[in-house]
Amino acid sequence: MGVRTKALRHPVARVVAALGAAVLLASCGSGGEGGEQPAGALQGRGEVTFATGKDTSGNMQKLVDQWNSSHPDEKVRIIELPESADAQRQQMVQNAQVKSDAYTILNLDVVWTAEFAANRWVVELPADQFGVDKFLEPAIKTAQYRDKLYAAPAYSDGGLLYYRKDLLDAAGAKPPTTWAELISTCQAVRASQPAIGCYAGQFEKYEGLTVNFDEAVHSAGGEVVDSTGKPVVDSPEAKAGLDALVTAFQQGIIPEKAITYKEEEGRRAFQAGELLFHRQWPYQWNLAGKTDGSSQVAGKFDVAPLPGLNGPGSSTLGGHNLAISAFGKNQATALDFIKFFVGEEAQRSNLLATSQAPTLASLYDDEELIAKFPYLPTLKASILSAKPRPQAVRYGDVTTAVQEAAYAALTGTKTSEQALKDLQAKLQELIK
Amino acid sequence: MTAVARRARGATSGAGRLAAALLSPTFVVLGLVVGYPLVAALRESVFREGSDLDESGFVVEGTQFVGLDNYLSIFAGESATRFWNAFGNTTLFTVVTVALEVLIGVGMALVMHHAIRFRGVVRAGILVPWAVPTAVSALLWKWIFQADGVANAVIGQQILWTTEGWQAKFAVVLADVWKTAPFVGLLVLAGLQIIPNDVYEAARVDGASPWRQFWRITLPLVKPALLVAVLFRVLDALRMFDLPFVLIGQRKESVETLSMVAFDEASSLRFGPAAAYATVLFLYVAITALVFVRLLGADVIGAARERARR
Repeated sequence: MGVRTKALRHPVARVVAALGAAVLLASCGSGGEGGEQPAGALQGRGEVTFATGKDTSGNMQKLVDQWNSSHPDEKVRIIELPESADAQRQQMVQNAQVKSDAYTILNLDVVWTAEFAANRWVVELPADQFGVDKFLEPAIKTAQYRDKLYAAPAYSDGGLLYYRKDLLDAAGAKPPTTWAELISTCQAVRASQPAIGCYAGQFEKYEGLTVNFDEAVHSAGGEVVDSTGKPVVDSPEAKAGLDALVTAFQQGIIPEKAITYKEEEGRRAFQAGELLFHRQWPYQWNLAGKTDGSSQVAGKFDVAPLPGLNGPGSSTLGGHNLAISAFGKNQATALDFIKFFVGEEAQRSNLLATSQAPTLASLYDDEELIAKFPYLPTLKASILSAKPRPQAVRYGDVTTAVQEAAYAALTGTKTSEQALKDLQAKLQELIK
Repeated sequence: MTAVARRARGATSGAGRLAAALLSPTFVVLGLVVGYPLVAALRESVFREGSDLDESGFVVEGTQFVGLDNYLSIFAGESATRFWNAFGNTTLFTVVTVALEVLIGVGMALVMHHAIRFRGVVRAGILVPWAVPTAVSALLWKWIFQADGVANAVIGQQILWTTEGWQAKFAVVLADVWKTAPFVGLLVLAGLQIIPNDVYEAARVDGASPWRQFWRITLPLVKPALLVAVLFRVLDALRMFDLPFVLIGQRKESVETLSMVAFDEASSLRFGPAAAYATVLFLYVAITALVFVRLLGADVIGAARERARR
């Protein structure tokens, strides 16, 4: 039944929307709706809402309170959406489809920008008012669709290679910069630690697999889609990248059970001392460093940029951008709030409270912050060398196709050659 | 025609009108909460959202009437493989889990019925799994079946339960039986409790063995309750969704059910095809229920009708 109603909310909602629209027309008839207006013409001041995933640290609320106390007539109210990213997207999409003005500011995952922009669910933002070059370039790119700015990067995220500094030191090794070095270092460490797993990432069939697959392809010099947006995944480079993972699984460099790992499973394994190298987001830093007994590796690990196949690797970009709903009221206020929220002060406070990666370049060079978060320079390098996931209007279908292909290759139901060939065909169908 | 007969008919039609008037609010509510969604789903299933882009990269808006295309595409090409796989999984899960649940449930009912000491504790203990929400029990089993989980510790080897394969199907069946066998037990227990004790005493006097008593007395007398339980479980199992979704994950071929396919389409914002999948599932459930009622005589409301007629 739950499934049925999900599919149905749509037509029902349309009726509601029609009623709502009728009421709106009858009551005032003020226009200004829809995504047609040019950038910079955002109008209306007053209360706005901010639809976002769960505010786990409470810092979002703190920043909003700060804004509200200085803007008593233009208050911002947080609307908390469900925890899972899929559910958040679904609520925002449904909201947009009925053209509801319930959400003004949307906290979008970086991979949703194209979909929301192409459907005119979010308005174009005045790029000149944001100082685009103050942001890390890969981060600002995720906020653009066809070279126009549709969102402002609020949080970024890049993959890091966590490694066991104590074991590497004992083996007299340096953090690896290539995949071959990673394997040989691990073999050296295994001489004294035979049971340790060499490497793990996120290989369960979900969004994390897309991230890890993209990294493997990019780090081998391949691409999933080229700069013009055409799929080019059926290449020797992409095959070499995927093969590296497949072979690592076969040879036990990656423990067999890592095929069930999402972020948390891998983190637990790393913290239990079962892994020498772990590809993970920055959030693991604080948790793995805890000295309350939850982590066996506190003080024994460090981070390095991801290794590539023959040279430095390339991370996949994560993070969130703020956009303005095309159907929200008081868009001028919304714009001001976004400028405040992605501003330096707010991002600094966010980093300190949540250790979420900022999007402004200046914060990565701040001595005080580096003292507190020693991984910041590595993270900056990771983000600067990062590549976005395919910017596709039908991103949901694209990521599904990538996961199908990668999972089939990693579990051995398809050869990597066949998997990439099928993926290429599928992507050509999806990205036109 | 006599005056009496005329008066009687007048009374009946008056009563009929009154009954209709009294029932109409119920019909209105039923129409709104059951009828409308069904009709809306049917309507939705013959439309499809446009997904083409114009020159400047914007989606061309508008829904298109596509007739039976959404249904036809379920049974053609790549989605046919997916559909028949999901259909097979759904059917397999239904047959296997319901069969096991009936066996175990009847056993549980007998234990609950005959428990003399600690009767309350025994009953509560057996019924606890049924009280746990499915998604929560799925999380619980996911924790048991993870790579370093309890299940692998007990059997002493590493089986990756949540990857593709038969072990994933097994995990789903086990978790489902654990959760819903108590439901069968509960309904059968209710059936057991209305069997008068004299029947058993008479059987014992005649020297019938316990097995014979069970086979000849308990089972036939408990059959109506059991059939209702089985019918409920079959209908429930056919739309199984949350257990494999949480325990094994999305888009895992080994455990994908029809509900999961419909959900997946809907969350990809293809509401037309999703509605078509949901409608096909609805038909499958409806036909199964009909066949079940006709063939096995699981007469849910018929017995009451019979009694009323007498």
